[in-house]
Amino acid sequence: MILPLTYFVIFKYIPMTYIQVAFKKYTIIKSPWEMPWADNGGFEYFIKAFSNRDFLYALRNTIMLNLLDLVTGFPAPIMLALLLNELRIRWFKRVTQTIAYLPHFLSWIIIYGMAVQLLAPTSGLVNIVLNRMGIKSIPFLNDSTYWVGTYVFLGIWRDVGWNTIIYLAAITAINPELYEAASMDGAGRIKKMWHITLPGLRPTIVVLLILSLGRILGSEFDRPYALGNALVKDVSNVIATFVYTYGIRGLQFSLTTAVGMFQSVVCVIFLFIANGLAKRIGEQGIV
Amino acid sequence: MVASKKSIIGDWIVVFICVLLILICLLPLLNILARSLSASEAIIRNDVMLLPKGFNFEAYRLVLSDTKYTWSLAWTAILTVICVVVSLFMTTICAYPLTYKKLKGRRFFSAFIIFTMYFSAGTIPMYLLLGDLKMLNKPVVLIIPYCLNVFYMIIMRSFLSQIPDSLRESAEIDGAGPIRILFSIYLPLSAPVIATLCLFYAVGRWNGFSDALMFMNDRFYYPIQLLLYNIINSISDIEITTQEGFSPPGLSESLKAATIIFATVPILVVYPWLQRYFITGATLGAIKE
Repeated sequence: MILPLTYFVIFKYIPMTYIQVAFKKYTIIKSPWEMPWADNGGFEYFIKAFSNRDFLYALRNTIMLNLLDLVTGFPAPIMLALLLNELRIRWFKRVTQTIAYLPHFLSWIIIYGMAVQLLAPTSGLVNIVLNRMGIKSIPFLNDSTYWVGTYVFLGIWRDVGWNTIIYLAAITAINPELYEAASMDGAGRIKKMWHITLPGLRPTIVVLLILSLGRILGSEFDRPYALGNALVKDVSNVIATFVYTYGIRGLQFSLTTAVGMFQSVVCVIFLFIANGLAKRIGEQGIV
Repeated sequence: MVASKKSIIGDWIVVFICVLLILICLLPLLNILARSLSASEAIIRNDVMLLPKGFNFEAYRLVLSDTKYTWSLAWTAILTVICVVVSLFMTTICAYPLTYKKLKGRRFFSAFIIFTMYFSAGTIPMYLLLGDLKMLNKPVVLIIPYCLNVFYMIIMRSFLSQIPDSLRESAEIDGAGPIRILFSIYLPLSAPVIATLCLFYAVGRWNGFSDALMFMNDRFYYPIQLLLYNIINSISDIEITTQEGFSPPGLSESLKAATIIFATVPILVVYPWLQRYFITGATLGAIKE
């Protein structure tokens, strides 16, 4: 028990003391406690961040990409789980599930590599097929608009199968007698889905929805960093990549610590609001 | 029950959509595999679809004869094994005491740990800390800083706390200490969760690249994903191979494909074996106290 606690103190709590860097003028020779305070009551770097165009873009992109992910990626696994539930051939169901879970285990680098090869304007399989059908090549990864679509699609591609697991588990918990009773009353496949399965999934759906709403300002790094390129950086830069380029590459530690802290704090606030909402509507809550 | 005509049509529609889904998941991988096995001229001519054209193993031969790739693969494999062992150990000794109902301050410790899941200091403080700990650019930076995942720890804790207390109590009466109880009662019973976390940690390390990107400048210690990223972007490695004169243009394309396959295969190999376990793990993860 002592070892893991030490781990948490060193790698989770001590970094929190470094958050001071956000309010101070960073100098490499002093510990964060000894660094001089930044101007404007210590808030200079927060002001700088919010007047930095790159940061404002990153903020906008983070919210935009997460919202798009939510709108498209949230209903997809529910529909897929309903579909899989209708599959009666058991071995085929298992095969489908196995293959659908698979992309979740590929890294974003691998997915990026495949995307580059498949979607390249002249040599990618997708565009070759399009060309043969008489459609002009689409610059999936090199044009801002298409890039956003590709980004969102790849996200669904990777995780839709994986995210069905929890819904499928919830479906097995539904009392089978309900289905029998419904069949007796003459309900068809669609009716059963609508009146029994979906209401049975409701608690799961609500909790997961609220959870993902709470993450709207969170940001992953691997996905936008791997998929992004110079041509689309107006839409692909998110807060995590901003912190990397300005902080670790550009050595602007105070500025990027401020940005990171802003993001963490807002995230926690969102999560607690989300959790409060979940509890209010009578669900279990998550925190 | 006699299936009606309508419901048979329904079945076919469902099967059809599922087949479509399987294809969407598998075709990209097949295309990459075909490219990696094709002659480069065929790739340049845009002839390669799902089956290799001008079948050859040239790209694989090149990858395997280049020590940069082979070392990176080997290094990542070593790294993954070390990380899994360290992480599983840490996760177990963290989760096990938390299932002890008699442990003083159990709630406090739980809160202390779970808090870090919701609020983290961010990348830069971590970077500065690692700098102060003199860990930057040393191999240990790829192992220690993220060796304990709170979420996985919770999965383990939920699993362990399903084991009935009466088992522990009877062992205590027989005079077994907490360590003995852990090894002879809890761990043998928790094979599913250990297998799950093994897979999660291993995949995490094998696929991980951002920590290496940020904290590791020494190219010697680049894990495979970071190398792969550089290769796909053709920053340097590929160019060297092709400028040496022996490789026709377009070979770099099949080389990239071959590298992608190399980085993917280990996962594809392990994954089916662990599948029956990880579903349990993934659903357990949804339950929190």
